[in-house]
Amino acid sequence: MKQASSLKNKVAIVGVGESEIGLVPHMTGLGLNAQAAKRALDDAGLKVSDIDGVLTAYSFTEPYFMLGSVLCEYLGLTPRFNASVVVGGATPAVMLKHAAEAIVSGQAETILVCAGENRATGVTRDAAVAALMAVGHPYFEQPYGTSIPGFYAMIAQRHMHVYGTTREQMAQVAVNTRTHALLHPNAHMKKPLSAEQVLSAKPIADPLGMLDCCLISDAGGAFIVTSAERACDLQSKPVYLQGIGEHHTHEHLMCAPSLTEFGVTESGRIAYKMAGLGPQDIDVAELYDCFTIVPIIELEELGFCKPGEGGAFFADGHARIGGRLPVNTHGGMLSHAHAGAAGGLFGIIEAVRQLRGGLENRQVKDAEVALVHNEGGILSSHCTVILANDKG
Amino acid sequence: MNTTQLPAPVANADSRPYWDAVKDQKLLIRKCSDCGELHFMPRYLCPFCWSDKLEWVQSKGAGSVHSYTVIRRAPVQTFATRVPYVIALIELDEGPRMMANVLGEDALDTKIGDRVNVIFEDRGEDAKVPQFKRVKA
Repeated sequence: MKQASSLKNKVAIVGVGESEIGLVPHMTGLGLNAQAAKRALDDAGLKVSDIDGVLTAYSFTEPYFMLGSVLCEYLGLTPRFNASVVVGGATPAVMLKHAAEAIVSGQAETILVCAGENRATGVTRDAAVAALMAVGHPYFEQPYGTSIPGFYAMIAQRHMHVYGTTREQMAQVAVNTRTHALLHPNAHMKKPLSAEQVLSAKPIADPLGMLDCCLISDAGGAFIVTSAERACDLQSKPVYLQGIGEHHTHEHLMCAPSLTEFGVTESGRIAYKMAGLGPQDIDVAELYDCFTIVPIIELEELGFCKPGEGGAFFADGHARIGGRLPVNTHGGMLSHAHAGAAGGLFGIIEAVRQLRGGLENRQVKDAEVALVHNEGGILSSHCTVILANDKG
Repeated sequence: MNTTQLPAPVANADSRPYWDAVKDQKLLIRKCSDCGELHFMPRYLCPFCWSDKLEWVQSKGAGSVHSYTVIRRAPVQTFATRVPYVIALIELDEGPRMMANVLGEDALDTKIGDRVNVIFEDRGEDAKVPQFKRVKA
C-alpha cells in the first residue's frame, strides 16, 4: 500500500475553547458551538475573517440534514472548505486529520473544528436514550432490546472473562477521572466519588452500573487548526500535530471481528510511526471513556501496558496526575462532559492545554508529548492523535 | 408476558429470505459460493471476497455464548416489561456470530461458554425472531 504523506509538524492547534458545560438550558446546541468557537478564536487571537474552513460533526438534539452548512450559516461564515463528519465519537480526531490534510493541500489555511449539543436539556432523557438506541442495528440488534451500555457491557464481560479484569478495577477508572475533574473549573461533575459509590450505583447492563457510564451534558467544544508556519506568528503557544492514524473495523457489535482486539492498535501504530515516537515517549494521554472498560482497553492496545493489565494500571494509581501516565486529566467523558462528538473533542482541548503548560492545579509536570484517542460506535471507528509543544 | 408488543422484525431485500425462514422455524445464514466463507448479516455480496454468488444454508441452530449482558434498565418502554433480560452474542457452531436474547427460566444464570440452541419467539401475527435457550447440563 502506498504510504500516506506525513502530516508531521505541518499544522498546529492554535486556539481552543469550551462552552458552558453541564445543564445549560438557556442555550441551544448551535449556541454552545458558537460560544466554544468564539472562545477558541479569541484564544488564538485571530479574526473571524481568518477562518476559511469549517468542520463539524452531527447532532441528535438538532438533527439538521446539512449540519456543516447550518453551522456556517449560524456563524455568518462563508468558507471555501466545509464538511460534516460522522464517525461517532472518533469524529473530532478525524476532523483534525481532515483539517491537516486540507491545510497541507492548500484547500484552506485556518480551519475551525467544532462540535457539541444540548443533550442534557435539549431533549428528554428518555428521548436521548431512545435516540442512542438507534446505534444498534435496526434489523438484527434492536429487536432484542439492545442499548449502548449493553454493547459495552458485553465487551467488559468478555474482557473480565479472558483477562480477569474486575468491576473494582473498572470503578477505579471512574474514581480516577472524577479526581481529575475536581481540578477542572469547567467540569460537569463537582463532587468527589468513591469506588463504593460506583460499585453500588444503579445497575444498567451487567457488569456496568450508572457510574460506569459517561455523562449526558450540554456542551460544545472547538479548536482552530492552521499551518505550522502561520502558527509561529500567533499569540498562543502552538501545539504541533506529530502523528495521526485511523482504523475502522465494523459498526455493529455483532460484526466486530473480536471482542478483545479492536482497531486501537492499528490507529495507534500509524500515529506512532508518523510521529517517530512510541508509548514510552507519551507524557499524558486523553483517552475516550464513554464507559469505564474503554480506557482500559485503549491503554492496552496503545502499548502503555500489556493486554489484561489495563485495569490494574488504573487501580494501582498509574493513571493519576503524578503517576506513570496521567490519563484524562480534565475528567474525561465520565466526569468532565459528554455531549455527542464534543466528548472526544475535550480530550484534544485538554491535550493542548497540558502541552502549553501553566495549568494551575492539574498540570502534568514537563508535559511535552500528548496522545489523544477517540473512538466511535462500539469501539468501531478509531483515530489516534499525537501532539507536541515543539517540533521535536 | 405479552411478547406481541415487542418489535416485529423488518424484512428488506437483503434479509427477506432470512425472516421468511424464521417464520418456518429455520435459521438461515449466508454462504459464499466462490470462497466458501459463511457470514451472518445478509447482504448483497460476500464481505470476504466480494463475490455476488451467495447461497442460503440452514444453520443447525447450536452455538455457544461468546459474551452476554443482563439489561437492568430498558432503553425504551417496549422492553421495560422484560427487564431483567439477557442479550448475548452467540457464536454459531458454523462460525458466524449473531445477537439474540437468551430466554428460559434459567436465562439469568447465563455465562460465557454456555451451550445454547435456537428457539423461535412469536412477535405479533405471523412473525417470529430467532432466540436462544441454554442447553441443560
